[in-house]
Amino acid sequence: MSVLVSGMRPMRIIVCIKQVPKAQELQVDPVTQTLKRVGVPSEINPPDANALEIALTLKDRHAAEVVVLSMGPTSFDESLERAIAMGADRSVLLTDRILGGSDTVPTAYALSETIQKIGGYDLILTGEETTDASTGHVGPGIAGHLALPQITYVSEVQIVDGTVRARRTAEDGTEWWQTKMPSLCTVNFGCNKPRSPTLTGKIRVKRGGVIAHWSCADVGIDPKKVGLFNSPTIVAKVDTIRLPPRAGRMFSGDARESVRALLDALIRDRVIVP
Amino acid sequence: MTDGHILEDKSHFHGVWVFLEGRAGQLRDVSTQLIGEGRRLADLRGTPLTGILPGHDVDALAREAIGYGLDRVIVVDDPILEIYRSRPFAEVMAQLIRRQKPEIVLFGASKNGRDLGGRLHAILETGLAADCVKFDIDPEGNLDMIRPSFGGKSLAHILCKKHRPQMASVRRNVFVAPPHNPDRRGEILHERVELSPKDVDATLLEFDEFTKDGGLRPEEADIVVSGGYGLGDPKNFQLLQALADRLGGAIAASRKAVDSGWVPKTLQVGQTGMTVRPKLYIAVGISGAVQHLAGMQESDKIVVINIDPKAPLFEIADYGIVGDLFEVVPELIRQLDALKGGEVGAQPTLPAEVR
Repeated sequence: MSVLVSGMRPMRIIVCIKQVPKAQELQVDPVTQTLKRVGVPSEINPPDANALEIALTLKDRHAAEVVVLSMGPTSFDESLERAIAMGADRSVLLTDRILGGSDTVPTAYALSETIQKIGGYDLILTGEETTDASTGHVGPGIAGHLALPQITYVSEVQIVDGTVRARRTAEDGTEWWQTKMPSLCTVNFGCNKPRSPTLTGKIRVKRGGVIAHWSCADVGIDPKKVGLFNSPTIVAKVDTIRLPPRAGRMFSGDARESVRALLDALIRDRVIVP
Repeated sequence: MTDGHILEDKSHFHGVWVFLEGRAGQLRDVSTQLIGEGRRLADLRGTPLTGILPGHDVDALAREAIGYGLDRVIVVDDPILEIYRSRPFAEVMAQLIRRQKPEIVLFGASKNGRDLGGRLHAILETGLAADCVKFDIDPEGNLDMIRPSFGGKSLAHILCKKHRPQMASVRRNVFVAPPHNPDRRGEILHERVELSPKDVDATLLEFDEFTKDGGLRPEEADIVVSGGYGLGDPKNFQLLQALADRLGGAIAASRKAVDSGWVPKTLQVGQTGMTVRPKLYIAVGISGAVQHLAGMQESDKIVVINIDPKAPLFEIADYGIVGDLFEVVPELIRQLDALKGGEVGAQPTLPAEVR
C-alpha cells in the first residue's frame, strides 16, 4: 500500500547519516598518544544504519521515497553509495570547506537548511548518536531548528492514517508516541539489522548520478553561522587516557571472598550503587 | 541566551541552574547527583544554585530538592507539563533562560534530558557538552566541561567561551548525591510561561513500564547478565535472571546457548545477534569466541565468571573470577541482597528449579 501525502506525491523520508571510523579499528598512536585516524576504515555510523533500515522498511510498506543526507568531505560518498546500494533512492552530500570544525549547533543548522532545500519531507530519521562524538544532539537540534515534533530513541516507526507512531525507549519503560507529519525521530542503535546492499542497488550506484554535492552557497547557508569559529564550543585540549583499556584483575579464593572483592571493586567504580 | 549572537559581555549571566527530573513524586538520582556538583560550581563562581522544575503539582518535589543543596527552585506549573514532552519543555526552558540569563545550565544525560538539551541548544544556539564526567572553572571563569571522547580512549576539555549559558549533560552515577537535609531553607518561585495546546505536538498513546520479569531488553539495559554453554541446562538461566533482577538488568546469551535451544535468538549477543554496550556486562560460563566479543567488547565494564582459567574472554575482562558458576552466582545474589537489605548473610530467594 502506498501512502500519498498532500495529494499525489509519495511520502518522502530523509535519513541523516554520518560516516565514522570503525570503532573497533581505532587505536592510539603509541608515540604521539593521539588517535590514529589515517587509514582507519570507515562505515555508516551504526545507529544511522539502523535509521536507514527503518526508512527502507517504510519504503517497502508504503512506497516512500528515501533521500539520504550527509554533511562532510567527499570521502563520505562511500557511505552514501552504500545507502543507495541498500535501497535508498537518492542522496545529498553537503560538502564545503567552511563547514570544517562545526560543532553540533552549526551542524544542526546546516542540515536543517539542507533539509528545507530538499523540501517536501514528511519524516526525518537520524541515529540516536554517532559512535565518534556520541552527543546525540544533532537529531533533536534539527527538530528544534525546524520546529518539528520529535520522538527520540525509537526502535519502531509506523505510518498510520497520515501520522507517525513510534516506540520510544524511555528511562523506565517503552512509550508509543504519535505525531503529525512532518516530524523527526532518532533511532536506537541495534534496534534492527540493516540490510545488505543488493545487486540492483550496486548497479544503480555504478550508473552514477545518485549523489548530489551541494555547497553552502547552493543551499543558502549563512557562512557566519558555520565552521569552527562560529561553533559555540571548542575542544580546548584532549588528554589521552594512558591506562590499558581493561583492568584485568582476577579475584581468587573461595566464592565468598572472590565475590566480596568483585562487589567492592564494582561499588568503587560506581557501576553498582549499594 | 545567545540565539546566534556572539556575546560581547558575559557579565549579564549569573547563576548555576540544574534541570530537575522527577518520577512518581521522587527526584531522579541523576538530579540529586547534579545538585551536588551544581552546588560546588555555584560556590566556586560565588552565585546561587537554582533548580528548574517544569511540571504539574510539583511543589512537594521542589521542597524535597532544596534539601539536597539548592538555594531556590523555579517551578513552572502547567497540566501540559505533567509528563515530559519535548516541545513544551524546550519552550519553557528557552523562555526562562532568556528572562533570567543563567551562566551555567546542567542536565541529566537521561533519555529526556538529552532529548531536551539537544533541542534547546539549537534553539538558543549555545554550547552543550554531552556526558561530562568532570567540571572545572578555567582562569577566565569559563566552565571547563570534561567528557570522554573516542569511545572512552581519551578525555576532551570543552569550553564555550563566547556563548551563554554554558550547558552540559551528565550521566547517572557520575557524581555522588549529597546527603539530604530536610531543614535546609530555600525559595520556591513560580514562573509563568504561556503554553498553548499547539505546543502539544505529540501524543503519548501507551506506556509500558519496564518490569523486572522480562520487560527490559539487553540493548536497553545498563547491566547485562549473559549466559553461555557453561550453564549446561536451559533452566539455569533462571539463576542468571535472579541475578539480573537484583541488579535491575537484563539477561542475554551466547550463540552456543541459543543454538542449543536454551533461550530465544532474540537474546543472542554477538556478530550474528545484537550488540550491547551496557555499563556492566557479566559473562557467565561463556568462553568468549571472537564473534561474541564483537557484540559486547564496548561494554563499560566486563566481568567474567568461568571455571576454565584459559577462557579467552578473561583477556578482555575488567574483573574475573575463576570458579564454579553454581557457587559464584548464588553467592553474588546473596551478597547483593545483603547490601540492599543490610542483613549480612540473608538467604537468597532462588528459583526452586535451580540446582
